[in-house]
Amino acid sequence: MNALYLAFAYLRYHWARSLVLTLVAALILFVPIATQILLSTSERALVARGDATPLLLGSRGSQLDLTMAALYFSDERPDPVEMREVEAVWDSGLAMPVPLHTAFSSGGFRIVGTTLDYFDFRDLGIADGRGLSLLGDAIIGSDVAETLGKGVGDSLVSSPENLFDLDGVYPLEMPIVGVLEPTNSPDDQAIFVDIKTAWVIQGIGHGHEDVVTAAEVAAGSEAVANAAVVQYQRITEDNIESFHFHGSQDDFPTTAVIVVPNDTRSATILKGRYLDSANPTQLIEPAGVIQGLVDRIFRIKSLLDVVTMIIAIAAFAAIALAVFLSYRLRAREIATAVKLGARRGMVLRLLSAETFTLLSISALIAAIGAIIVSRNAEAWVGWLLALGS
Amino acid sequence: MIRIEDLTFRYSATSFRLRVPAFALQDKERVAIVGPSGSGKTTLLNLIAGILTPEAGQIDVAGTNVATLSDVQRRRFRASTIGFVFQDFALLDYLSARQNILYPYRITPALTLDAQARDRAEALATACGIGDKLDRHPTALSQGEQQRVAICRALVTQPKLILSDEATGNLDPDSKARILDLLFEQASEAGAAVLAVTHDHELLPRFERVLDFAQFRESAQA
Repeated sequence: MNALYLAFAYLRYHWARSLVLTLVAALILFVPIATQILLSTSERALVARGDATPLLLGSRGSQLDLTMAALYFSDERPDPVEMREVEAVWDSGLAMPVPLHTAFSSGGFRIVGTTLDYFDFRDLGIADGRGLSLLGDAIIGSDVAETLGKGVGDSLVSSPENLFDLDGVYPLEMPIVGVLEPTNSPDDQAIFVDIKTAWVIQGIGHGHEDVVTAAEVAAGSEAVANAAVVQYQRITEDNIESFHFHGSQDDFPTTAVIVVPNDTRSATILKGRYLDSANPTQLIEPAGVIQGLVDRIFRIKSLLDVVTMIIAIAAFAAIALAVFLSYRLRAREIATAVKLGARRGMVLRLLSAETFTLLSISALIAAIGAIIVSRNAEAWVGWLLALGS
Repeated sequence: MIRIEDLTFRYSATSFRLRVPAFALQDKERVAIVGPSGSGKTTLLNLIAGILTPEAGQIDVAGTNVATLSDVQRRRFRASTIGFVFQDFALLDYLSARQNILYPYRITPALTLDAQARDRAEALATACGIGDKLDRHPTALSQGEQQRVAICRALVTQPKLILSDEATGNLDPDSKARILDLLFEQASEAGAAVLAVTHDHELLPRFERVLDFAQFRESAQA
């Protein structure tokens, strides 16, 4: 106890030196633990999302891009597939298709055009408001609500895809009708709309203004024939009836289609139908793609572990040198202690007590940090995985 | 208190050699050791304290032949029987004056830090005029105050013998006499003998006896 008392008094008096040593040691202990926690949680979250998505239909190309776009609403833009592929899956009677249209964003968050089946499939609950019912309605994830400070009754405007594309997409104002319960998944970072709303944003669907309005007639103002078609920026009760889509819906685009087979046999049959490499579409198992990604991340992690280990050894050597030099400086104190009758091994006891105290405080700080990381890992990993979307 | 007979000592790495045929210090006696630098005064104190071991001869302190004790026994004996006062005070900057006084209790199992020891430290500090400065660190004390702390540290364990090595060497002339008187006063109250190495000849009249190391010079330089 006396050695600990003296060690603590010394560390407290030389608090700046002790603080630096403690923080360095705490960081050395904390970083590998925090990395491990975050990576493990990431692995679980990635694999869980992959496992929860049995099959994914999309245009032939990078399976990773398709998976990232459909599961994590990332920036990847795989070639769209036509809605006829969705109908083909329905017609097969082997599975339920859930189309996803992820081409647009608002306020930095991805707009996901889908069907109501998606909410049942992902088991998403409404925390506030109601579900999608009208063209133009939007439901936002919990992170979107928190970040943008918006809720039911507010509205969102889709981001224009290209300001200089005069013939391109016009922004659409969408009323927020619901906020989802948090799930610590990319769904928290998404704005959900009906897929038809996404097509309106894309310019495939639009409304027409009346040539002469009733108000103009009542006011007696001159009626001017105007058959110009305008792209509506807002869908209201008054104009919703005028919205329509040109062409066949089978030709309309979707980014990817989640395919939920009835059973294993149905899945096998479906996969067989998309094996032909000449087929412009592919049916993939996201779990396998995600596992490949995780394996790659962990190969990089093992490299990081080596780097961390080298840095840790160097840092601990520096700490040991600092402790050693401080004992060289304390040679006079040690000589005094010997003259006053200090017990044999007093120096070693002091050194051990100081090192023990330093490492104990460092370990405590690292442990507190690890607990904080552990408690928030799911939320932080969800946010990290959604980065870039 | 101290009885030395036929003591010889040499440092293995140098030609230094010390020979003391006979020396005695009575209980509660105050003796000064004077002599030229390098004549072995501090070495003698270290031999008496058991920090160094002699080549030959007998060093009897408070009835114990120090030369025959093991290292562990000498450390315990030193902690419980001898109080040290150094020229450079040898206080620890990271401890308060109070904890510096109690420092001997922190470094050896031969002493037990209890309420009595704490009360004794307080009483000694008050008697030495630093009772209101016990929570200060040495850097916040004057030289004289630091030496008073060192005196309190030497006496708090109630030793039978105080070894003083140039205890007033770093003090101004006024402080020298005051500190030495204080040391004698406190040692007298504690019933301890004082053996002090000094270069200050003006202080010698305050001692009961003076041992001139010049009488050992021939032996020392032999």
